[in-house]
This record gives sequence, structure tokens and C-alpha cells, in this order.
Amino acid sequence: MRLTCPMCGARDRREFYYQGDAVACARPARDADIPAWDDYLHLRDNPAGVRRELWHHEAGCGSWLVVERDTTTHEVHSVALVEAPA
Amino acid sequence: MKFSGLRVLKEGLTGNKGWTPHWRDPAPKAEYDAVIIGGGGHGLSTAYYLAKNHGMTNIAVLEKGYIGSGNIGRNTTIVRANYFLPGNSEFYSHSLKLWEGLEQDLNYNVMHSQRGMINLFHSDGQRDAFVRRGNAMINQGDDAILLDREGVRKHLPYLDFENTRFPIYGGLLHPRGGTARHDAVAWGYARGADQRGVDLLQNCEVTGIDIENGAVRGVQTTRGAIRAKKVGIVVAGRSGQVAAMAGMRLPIESHILQAFVTEGLKPCIDHVVTFGMGHFYISQSDKGGLVFGGDLDFYASYASRGNLPTAEHVMEASMTLMPMIGKAKLLRSWGGIMDMTPDGSPIIDKTDTQGFFIDCGWCYGGFKAVPASGYAFAHLMATGQHHETASAFRLDRFRTGRGILDEEGTGSQHNLH
Amino acid sequence: MRIDGKGLIDRSKKLRFQFDEIGYSAFEGDTVASALLAAGQRLMGRSFKYHRPRGVLTAGSEEPNALLTVGHGAAQEPNVRATTQEVYDGLRVRSQNAWPSLKTDVMAVNDLAWPFLGAGFYYKTFMWPRAFWERLYEPVIRRAAGLGGLSGEHNPDTYEKAYAFCDLLVIGAGPAGLMAALTAGRAGADVFLLDEDSRMGGRLNAETYIVDGMPGSDWATEAVAELRSMENVRLMTRTTLVGAYDHGTYAALERVSSHRRVPAEGAALETFWRIVAKRAILAAGALERPIAFENNDRPGIMTAGAVRAYLNRWGVSPGQRVAVFGNNDDAHRTATDLIEAGVEVAALIDSRPDAELKGHAFPTYSGGLVTGSTGRLGLKRIAVKSDGITEELEVDCLAMSGGWNPTVHVTCHMNGRPTWREDIASFVPTPGSVPGLEVAGACKGDFSTAACLAAGAAAAKSALKELGLKVPRGAVPDAEDSPYRLSPLWAVPGKGRAWLDFQNDVTVKDIKQAATENFRSVEHMKRYTTQGMATDQGKNSNVAALALLADATGRGIPETGTTTFRPPFTPVALAAFGAGAQGEGFAPRRLTTSHATSVTMDAPMIEAGLWYRPSYFPKPGETHWRQSCDREVGYVRNAVGICDVSTLGKIDIQGLGAAALLDMVYTNTFSTLKVGRVRYGLMLREDGYVMDDGTTARLGEQHYVMTTTTAAAGSVMRHLEFVHQVLRPDLDVRFTSVTEQWAQFAVAGPKSREVLNDLLDDRIDNESWPFMACGPVGVAGVQGRLFRISFSGEHAYEVAVPARYGESLFKLLLARAEALGGGAYGMEALNVLRIEKGHITHAEIHGRTTAFDIGFARMVSAKKDCIGQAMAAREGLVEPDRERLVGLKPVGAVKELTAGAHLFARDAAATRENDQGYVTSVGFSPTLGHFIALGFVKRGPERMGETLRLVDHLRGIETEVEICSPGFVDPEGERTRG
Repeated sequence: MRLTCPMCGARDRREFYYQGDAVACARPARDADIPAWDDYLHLRDNPAGVRRELWHHEAGCGSWLVVERDTTTHEVHSVALVEAPA
Repeated sequence: MKFSGLRVLKEGLTGNKGWTPHWRDPAPKAEYDAVIIGGGGHGLSTAYYLAKNHGMTNIAVLEKGYIGSGNIGRNTTIVRANYFLPGNSEFYSHSLKLWEGLEQDLNYNVMHSQRGMINLFHSDGQRDAFVRRGNAMINQGDDAILLDREGVRKHLPYLDFENTRFPIYGGLLHPRGGTARHDAVAWGYARGADQRGVDLLQNCEVTGIDIENGAVRGVQTTRGAIRAKKVGIVVAGRSGQVAAMAGMRLPIESHILQAFVTEGLKPCIDHVVTFGMGHFYISQSDKGGLVFGGDLDFYASYASRGNLPTAEHVMEASMTLMPMIGKAKLLRSWGGIMDMTPDGSPIIDKTDTQGFFIDCGWCYGGFKAVPASGYAFAHLMATGQHHETASAFRLDRFRTGRGILDEEGTGSQHNLH
Repeated sequence: MRIDGKGLIDRSKKLRFQFDEIGYSAFEGDTVASALLAAGQRLMGRSFKYHRPRGVLTAGSEEPNALLTVGHGAAQEPNVRATTQEVYDGLRVRSQNAWPSLKTDVMAVNDLAWPFLGAGFYYKTFMWPRAFWERLYEPVIRRAAGLGGLSGEHNPDTYEKAYAFCDLLVIGAGPAGLMAALTAGRAGADVFLLDEDSRMGGRLNAETYIVDGMPGSDWATEAVAELRSMENVRLMTRTTLVGAYDHGTYAALERVSSHRRVPAEGAALETFWRIVAKRAILAAGALERPIAFENNDRPGIMTAGAVRAYLNRWGVSPGQRVAVFGNNDDAHRTATDLIEAGVEVAALIDSRPDAELKGHAFPTYSGGLVTGSTGRLGLKRIAVKSDGITEELEVDCLAMSGGWNPTVHVTCHMNGRPTWREDIASFVPTPGSVPGLEVAGACKGDFSTAACLAAGAAAAKSALKELGLKVPRGAVPDAEDSPYRLSPLWAVPGKGRAWLDFQNDVTVKDIKQAATENFRSVEHMKRYTTQGMATDQGKNSNVAALALLADATGRGIPETGTTTFRPPFTPVALAAFGAGAQGEGFAPRRLTTSHATSVTMDAPMIEAGLWYRPSYFPKPGETHWRQSCDREVGYVRNAVGICDVSTLGKIDIQGLGAAALLDMVYTNTFSTLKVGRVRYGLMLREDGYVMDDGTTARLGEQHYVMTTTTAAAGSVMRHLEFVHQVLRPDLDVRFTSVTEQWAQFAVAGPKSREVLNDLLDDRIDNESWPFMACGPVGVAGVQGRLFRISFSGEHAYEVAVPARYGESLFKLLLARAEALGGGAYGMEALNVLRIEKGHITHAEIHGRTTAFDIGFARMVSAKKDCIGQAMAAREGLVEPDRERLVGLKPVGAVKELTAGAHLFARDAAATRENDQGYVTSVGFSPTLGHFIALGFVKRGPERMGETLRLVDHLRGIETEVEICSPGFVDPEGERTRG
């Protein structure tokens, strides 16, 4: 698998760390109730198809990336810096 | 038909004309007392124990493809009871006991081979963690022996003791650990369930779950609607999709775990060996192939095929640990879809929908659990009560924080196991 | 027998080799198979289950029968295909899976017992008595099973890995592949052309086709010469494409030296390639399939294409009197090629009643079938049935052809399912199965040479277009364009055993039995019979087997479906796939600047993550590590000790938002930390459990330096970037790992300041450098940093200098410490010191403990948000019943406490139900004169003074311990501040 980092170009999967669903970007407010946190941290749509997820170019520029990827084919639709979601 | 050496002899002498189907291919009935979605190892064993232990024979197993088409037929076949967290240890201990009588119970040779399993460790800290584990195993009534370096050498003389990046300090030997023939487990349970009257419905994909007033009423399938007041889903790899039909979200993400087998070789590895520093484990099948695996590919996937970096890492681990197998040739690699939960432990529980039960989240450790999982899930479906060996596998444990079962200590968040 | 004037071998270079200790001769260019056939040696192997005598079935890597062991001693390599192993002078190969000899194999008794050994027999027996499985049945089965054997010794050969990148990867150098490479190469594309054979040309080398007015093999030679002259084209022979992976990544195995007695200077035996290609063309050709008939597995029976390959490529006729049996026109050429070479053709048998077989000078049978054969160790006779009459023909070779299967395998590696094509009775690749890969030639079902050449050029042109390169014009050379006509024939009806999967001994009967027993799914059939699970992954047999299954179950072939071909295409040695890792290469070694000095001091170096750290520093006269450890603890408690702590993660944090970010990642507050001060910090994962701990120093208003534990340095760095970039992009802050840049040493003990003052440019005292002070200092003229922090509980400092000065500083510190009665201390002493003080490590924060569990609940500031705060408040994480951190000390004259032991009430049995907790860290405290331990006990802090039973079954230790506070030495911390 290869991802095209917006900073570094197309790179091998070995350079990246996979974090999980991009829901991780939407951290609940401090005073949110436990079910909201449960949703954030545990419950997942886990779709068989395209989804947004977070990757980290750990062995590259260090950017956190939002990747749109198909979990059935591994086709990558987009890669963007997390600050500027696609 | 009862299987035995005598029967094989008799059939052989009479042209092998008397063999009969292992199981029937019945047409779906309009209604069953219970249906189980998923004809994998866990689903088939659930059906078997529902029939055998609870007398529920008017039941059906609904399988989208062919029975045993999921992870039961694509794992590395290791059977062990070496867990140390309460909640896990009694469950896997129970499972191993069921394994030990499985062939006679099922009248099917699943080739359960208690050849012994050795977990290697490479530092004092790892040794102490394994000692904690081994003591917990003995406290549970199972077996564990601490081996020092020389002890490991006696069992596994072919390891590289001189030159590895992570020198071998010792190992934890679990003599009752071993392997089994994975497909045979599915077939044995399927045949046993069928003989007790369970309908195994293959090519029967569930497309919807009927719920009325908070209670399950049946399922829609590609072979028509089926009514049932009890529905259990046991569909590792697809748990999220099937649960979604009932409006549930699960604490599960699907990941790929690869497995590998080499060409057949004369006997050279007599144990199950695990190498934690390299996420590598290996055994040799009775047919002679080295069967081994490593860590997850580490991204969500339903593709059931592996990637190259992980495969290379697994081979590299094999070469640093046991360079004796360098001339063995990889024949085949494949991937299974794992239901990964945040803490790496499974779920066997009721749901908020009456009559709707779920058995999922086996991560990469479901094979050895097949007997006890079916046993406990059947108990739950039949009685509505958790079986004593599986009372910890609650769906709500992540919300409450109570009874989180993080054996590896890597966290109770996704993608840490 | 060798045929004069035929073949692409070099008859001027004669080679000698041994097979089963008997000498044979060969020519350069021969494979073991061609050379043995030339010598009339048809018997080359034994089958897996029935130990049937076998010869070659094929002339390629798909060979299921002729598997040999090459070499001796540690380098012994089992399961090498005789059809691909090139002969070199001095080569030694042996047959395998036969005892005492290939000719007389006692296990062949299995063949007599075949009625009892059919599909799945082992699932139905060997169950009684229970204990006999491991003791008797399994060992016997294991010994009988398997093919060749490993040497049992470490791999002695060199294997390598390589990466490559290209515009266009062409897989296979037959007519389609060569034409594709020529087209793309001439257009200037960066091309890789791979072929598994030692000689490019594919079937052109095995046939007598004319291409562009010259013999096909000559045309191939010219094409290769032209390609070789192009700088933008890389030709790789003996290189098999073994796997297709995501996003244009391919794996290939190059057999660099397997055709040589010893590798060339510096060359590997094999190289495992990872090739990233923008586009790829699969031109892998097709594989011929056998026909199942009774006893179709005798040595001397092989595919018709193999017979032509041996004849035309190697100048060998596999027999003196050959019959040809096929269901298609292509097979006929076998007979004409043989006749032209002067070999006697006994018969041409075509199963099609309407086959055109006129004008031949040998007997022909249209609508004929071969119904059986005799000749146990080598074919003697075949039975031919035609027009209801069966006659026996004396032959020593039968060339059979059931048609051709396109080599679709690589297109299935990414879950692609091939498509059934009725007209050629074969599966062809489904377009788009591997993104970026196009299929061309026979591999796609276009079998004529002209069609292959045209398809190769067309595929290259389409790839060039996709690559944005100029598409050249150019004609495709003239070549034969004969139509491919066949009528499916999978199995000849008959009573006996007819083989499908030769190696695994799966017969037509087995498939039928599987169907009878309701193993009707193609996957069930495969798994129940082991059809297709041999070393060829079913290349020779799968299509026929599933056609027969379809027949037995009354379904069509497309409906029956196929099993999935998985990587690798052909088997790959683990030493190649895992090259570089053997020995030390598995993971990098990280060495501190004091490493060499520690080694010269005879310190055993132990792994700490990827780092190496000294365990202890032995002195003359010390015979046990404990003696050294006790002495080193004494240095710190009584004088001064020096320890390299550079392996701890060090992260430089700068920016206006640095303080706010630290408040977010630590449970306690860092924005209030004064410049020039250090604070201990606790970090949680978002799930509320402890992630890591360490000290962070504030060097300036916007400048902090964080330390992490050695193990967590990488994950903490990633975590910081996550919290910043994902959760708090509003903060202006940057992180840099400086672990490698600074060498840092603990100087610990009552005389620590004395040591430092000898080296610092400016003297320090308790006023200027109180406990938890930090700041820049000059160290012997070098700009460094000083932190007054203590892991040991003593008056202590950590002094840091740029790494290039680390070794010198370590030596200077040691010399001064030794002069004051101290010295270096290692990990063992460090561990004892921290247990004495009750400090935790990852033995305690093992991933399952909370701040509450380790007694740090009050460190979770309620005044601000932080990672993990919300989830740490879940009911289950704050229950008093949880196992919580305590100290444990011996009751009475206890010899030893052990980590990993479990704890029970004094009178309770050691069972899971009674478990009260466990021991995490243990050390012998020379300060106190007894063992001390840390551990976790249910409601621990409420049970101070209670006596528990410690049980370590594994080490045979059972003793009593008392629960105490985790701080054993100087709990008030006076020494630290002194």
C-alpha cells in the first residue's frame, strides 16, 4: 500500500502509522457524558466501503493526515493534512 | 453414520460406496425456535450445544456462503489456555477441557494435538510478566512450566541462541497447548448439529432483522423470511454490518491478520513456538507445512488479503529466531478479517433487543475459543443467563470501564491490539 | 535421448552432476529434468500420499512431481523443481520422500492400501483410544507426510532484498512480453522486463514457430539484444513475479546464483524485490493441463507442451516411441515436431471425433481415448480406445494435452475472480482485477503467436498513453496465427484411479466422494480432498477438478466457481522473503555514547527496547551479579554513582502554545511551572489508563524539554503530534525528538554535587540548584544542561551534553566518582534504588493501571481538561476493589520474593477465585538488608500491615509478605533535598 502525503509525495505504507476512524478528530467536550465518550472512543460504524480515517506520516514529515479509503479494495480517494480536511 | 476405523475398513473393502452426506441441505422452514446467523466455528458450535445441552433442535444456522468459510478455515490452528486475567482464564480453561474430549464427543477426528506450546521471552521484565501469567494458569488449574535458556534449548535446539537481536532468556511451556485441524472442527460441529436435527442453511444470507416492540421476530434472508423469537449473531468479520441491521453500533473495527504456510517438509518443528518480540508464532501441520503468522496489517480492511510489509516482517522474525527454516519455501499466504475490540477480548452478551444475542469480537484469538464460545453462547441463548465461564464478555464494559480485559496491556482503545 | 541439431543448449560446454549419487552429464543450458530425460532417467520422485513413482509432468515451475533436494549439509534445499534447477558442474541433487531408495520405496505400500486412504479418511478414524493421537497416530502420520527435509542447521547462504521503481513492469518475456517491452522501451519508458526462465522468449524457445521470417527463438534473441541496448530497460531473467499488492507494488524473486556452484563474489543466492510500478503488463502465458485417465501418472506421461519444450529447447526426446493424446489442435504439433526430429510417433489420439488428422505418417485416432497405462517405474504401454475397440500400444512417453489454462494467478492476488470463457474452456483474468495491470497474450486467452505479439504491443501502447508518453508507431512482426480449437475433456471414463492433483494424490474418485459426502462447495471439496493444496497451488489440476465437481453436482463451471490463488505465485524461500534479518539484522541496535566504555568495563549489555544498557559493572572478585549490584547501590546511597540515562526519550517542545499543550497531555499542570524548574508528569491515554510518566523541564517561557520512558519515547512523540495537529491545531507549538542529540548522565548520591563542581564551569550549591531546579550550565567548557532530579531518591542530578561529548563526559564523571568512593551503576542497581524509593516503571504502569491504582489520583487536576480525564472517571476505573499499588516486605526470615508471584490471604488456597493481587517488581535492598517488592493488591492502600501469602508456583516459592507503603527508604524525601 502507498499513500500520497501532501507534503512528501507517494510513500510506502511502512512510513505511516494508522490511527483509525477520523472520528478521533471530533473529541467531545470535557463535560460531555460517558455515552458521548463511549461513542468517540469505542463505537464504530466500521463500514465496508469508503471511510475517513487518520494516518500519521511518522517516518516522514510527521503530518497527521485524513485519508479517504475504501476498506474493501484499499483504493485511496484522497489524502489531506488534518488541519485542512478535504 | 458412526465413523470409526472399522467403518473406513469396511467401506474400503466395498468400493467406498456407502458414504453418506456429512450433513443435509434442507430447505428453510418458515419458523424456528432460534436461528443463528453465521455458520463458522462459533456459530456451528453454538448450534451443536443448543441441541445437545439444551435440547433445542428446531433451530437453524444461516450461512451466507458455505459452512466454515470464515476464520475457522483460515487461522493458524493454535489451541491454548494461557490467559491470565480473571474473566478470560476460566473461559479458555473451559474451552481447552472441551477440546480434550472433542473427537469422542463429535465422533470426528479434529486432530487436536497437545504437542506443547512455548512462549519465548527476552528480558527479565518479560520473564516476570510470563511468570505472572504462568502462575495465573496454575491458579486456574491449567499447566505451565518456566524454562530457562537451557530448558528452551532442550526443547527447541534449532533456535538461534547465539546471534539473535533479542537473545532468548527462557520460555513459558504450556504442555497442554497445541493445534488442531481447523476445517475439521467446523465439519465436526456441523455434522454433530445436523445429526441432532439442526438445519444448516448454506448460501442463505441475512439481509434484514425483524424487530417489533423491542423484541426480535425473525430475519429476512436471500432464501426468504424466517421467523424466530431468538436470534444469535456470530459473524466475525462482518459483525458490524449484521448488527447494523438491528440498529446497533459495536465497539469493533475490522482488521486483517495474515497467515502463511510453507511447502510440506519432513517433521522439524514439534511444538507451537511464539516469539513476542517479533510478533511471530509457528507450528508444523501434520501434513508437513510450517504454519505461521504475525501481527495485524494494521488498518481497517474487509479485503481478506494481506500486505507486503507485514508479510516481510513475519519472515524476518522467522529468520532471526530460527534460521533453520530459511530454506523452507512459502507456499501460500492469506488474510482473515478480525473483529478487533478495543481491549482485545470478545463479546458474548444479550442486547437491548429482546431475544437478540451477540457473540463477536474474537480479535485474532477465536479458534481455540470455538468450543467454549458455542457452549456459553448456547447457554445464554437458551437460558437468558450468562454461563459462569463467560460472564465477563459484556458489551457495555467499555462504557462502564468495569471488567475491561486487556491481556496485552496495550490499552482499551482501537488499534492498540 | 538427445537429438542432434536440436535445442538451445551449448554443446561445447559439457557439465557433470549427480542424481542420487550417480553421475550424469549435461550441457550448459540444461535443467536437471532435461539432462535426466536425455539420459533416459524418467523416474524422479514419489508422490505425497501413495508414494507413487513419478517423472516430470511439465517443463516449468509448476512441476508437481519432480521435486528434489539440492546440496548437502546446512545448505541443503528441499523441494527444488528438477524442471527449473539449471545444471552446473558439480551439482548434486537427491530424490526425496522415498526410503530406502527412489526405486524401492517401502512407503509405496500405501498405494496398495488406497481403498482405505481416500478423501478425508483421517477425519473418520484414529480417535480411539484418546491418548494414542499424540503418542502413536500423529507421529506416524507426520513421519510419512512431508516432502523433502530441512538440514536442521542455520541457513548458511546470503539472501538480499531490493527496492525498484519503474514506469512499466512487464511480467513474462514470451512473444507478448517482449513485444510490450520493445514498444515501451522504444518510446523511452522506464521498463522492467521480468522472466522466471534463464532465457527470455517463453514458448518461442519451446516451439518451432517462424517470427518475422526467422525461427521464433532467434527473433526473441534479437529482441532481447535490442532491449539490452536500451538504457531505460532493465532485463531480469530468473526472476519470478510472486505477488501483486496494493497501489502498484509487486514482489519478485530473483534467483541470482542458484544456477552456479558458488555465487559470484559478493552476490546473493537470491534477491527478494519490491517493485513499485506505475503500470504493469502481465504476459505470463498459459499452462497446459493434463487429462485424467486411469494411471495417468506414470513416469513418461507428461504434457504435450513439455514434450515439445524438451525437444526444441533442450534437444531431448523424452521417449523413443511417443504417443500424443489431446483434445485440441495444438497437441498435433507435438507429433509433427517429433517426426521432424526423427523420433518415432506411435500414435496421435484426439478425443474429438471430428478432429482432422489426415496426411500423417503415423497412426491416428480421432475420437480416441487413452484409457489406461502400465509400467510401474516408467511407462510401458497405453490402452487406446477408439470406435469401441481397445488396443495396447507400446510407448515410453505419452504427451497429453487437455488444453491450456491462461496463467491468471497473479490477477487473483487482490481477490480478483477469473471469468470463465466457454470457447476455450478456461478461466481468463477479469479486467481490473489488479488496478494498473493489463493482461496480454496467452495469459488472456489469445493463444496464437501473432495474437500475442499484437496484444503485447497494444498493451504497451495503452500503458504509454496512461503514462503520458508518446505512443510510437510500428508494425508487429508476422507470425503464425492458427486458431485454437478444442473440445473439453477432463477425465476419461473408467474404473481405476485417474489423477488430478498429482503431488497430493487426489483422484477423480476423491472428487466424486467429496460430492457424495456433501462437500459440494469448491472450497469444501478442496479442503476435504486437499485438491490444489500441493506446491503448485493447483496450477495443473484445479480447473479439471472443479469441472468434475460441477459435473458431479449438476452445476455449471461458472456457478461452481474457483478457489482463490494467493501469493506467492511460486514458492519463495523464507530466507529470501525475510532476508537481512538473520542474526542481528531483525531490528536496529541503538547504542549510547557510553556503550564502548561500558563494554570495556565488562558490563553485560542488555536490551532495553532497541537500546543496549549495562546490567552491572563487575569488579574483580565478584562472582555473582548481586554482589556488583549491592556495591553499586551502595555507591549511590553512600557516595556517588554514575549512570547513563540517555536512552530515555527527550522531546524538545517550543512555542507560544507549549505550556497549554503540556497541560492537555499531562494530568497535572505545567503552565504554572517556573522557568528553571522541573516537574514530574503523568500522562494518560484517552481511555483513562496511564500511558507514560517522566519529568519535564521548563528551560524558557516557551521552551520545555520532556523526558519519556525508554520504551514509550516513540509513542509519546506520536501522541504529542496527535494532540497538537488533530485536537489543538490552535496552539503554536513544535516538537523535536532530541533523544539522540543529548547524552545524559545521572550523578546520584551524597557526593554528587562534589563530582559536578569539579566539572562545571560555575560551581553550584543548594541555593542556586535546589531540588527540581534546571538550566544551562558549562560542563568542562561545553554548553550543557543540568537537572536536579532523582530517580534513586538520593541527592542527585542529571547532566546533559551534546552527544559528541558524551563519551568524554562519562569518563570524566567516572574518574571523579571513583576518586570519591563511588562509580558506575547499571540497570540492576537502578532498579533496586527505584524500588527502595517506591518509584514506578513500566512493570507497574503496564497498560492496565490507572492513576487511581498507582496512588496518583490527586495528580489528575480537576481544574483543567486533559487527555484521559473523562474516561478515567468511569465507574469501573475508580472502584476501591481494584488492585492498587503497594509495597511488600517479607515476614520473618524470607529468602526471596519473586516478581510474577500471586498473592493470597494467609489461609486461602492458591486459586483464581482467591487471588488478591500480584508482585510486579522485586529487589534485594542492601540498604535494608532484605528483599523488597512492589505489587498490586485489591484495596491495597486500605490493607497496610496485613500479611498475605505469596505463591510462585513456577519457581516453587511460597512465603509470607506484609503490605506496606511503596516507599521503603527515606519516604519523607529528605535525602533528595539534602
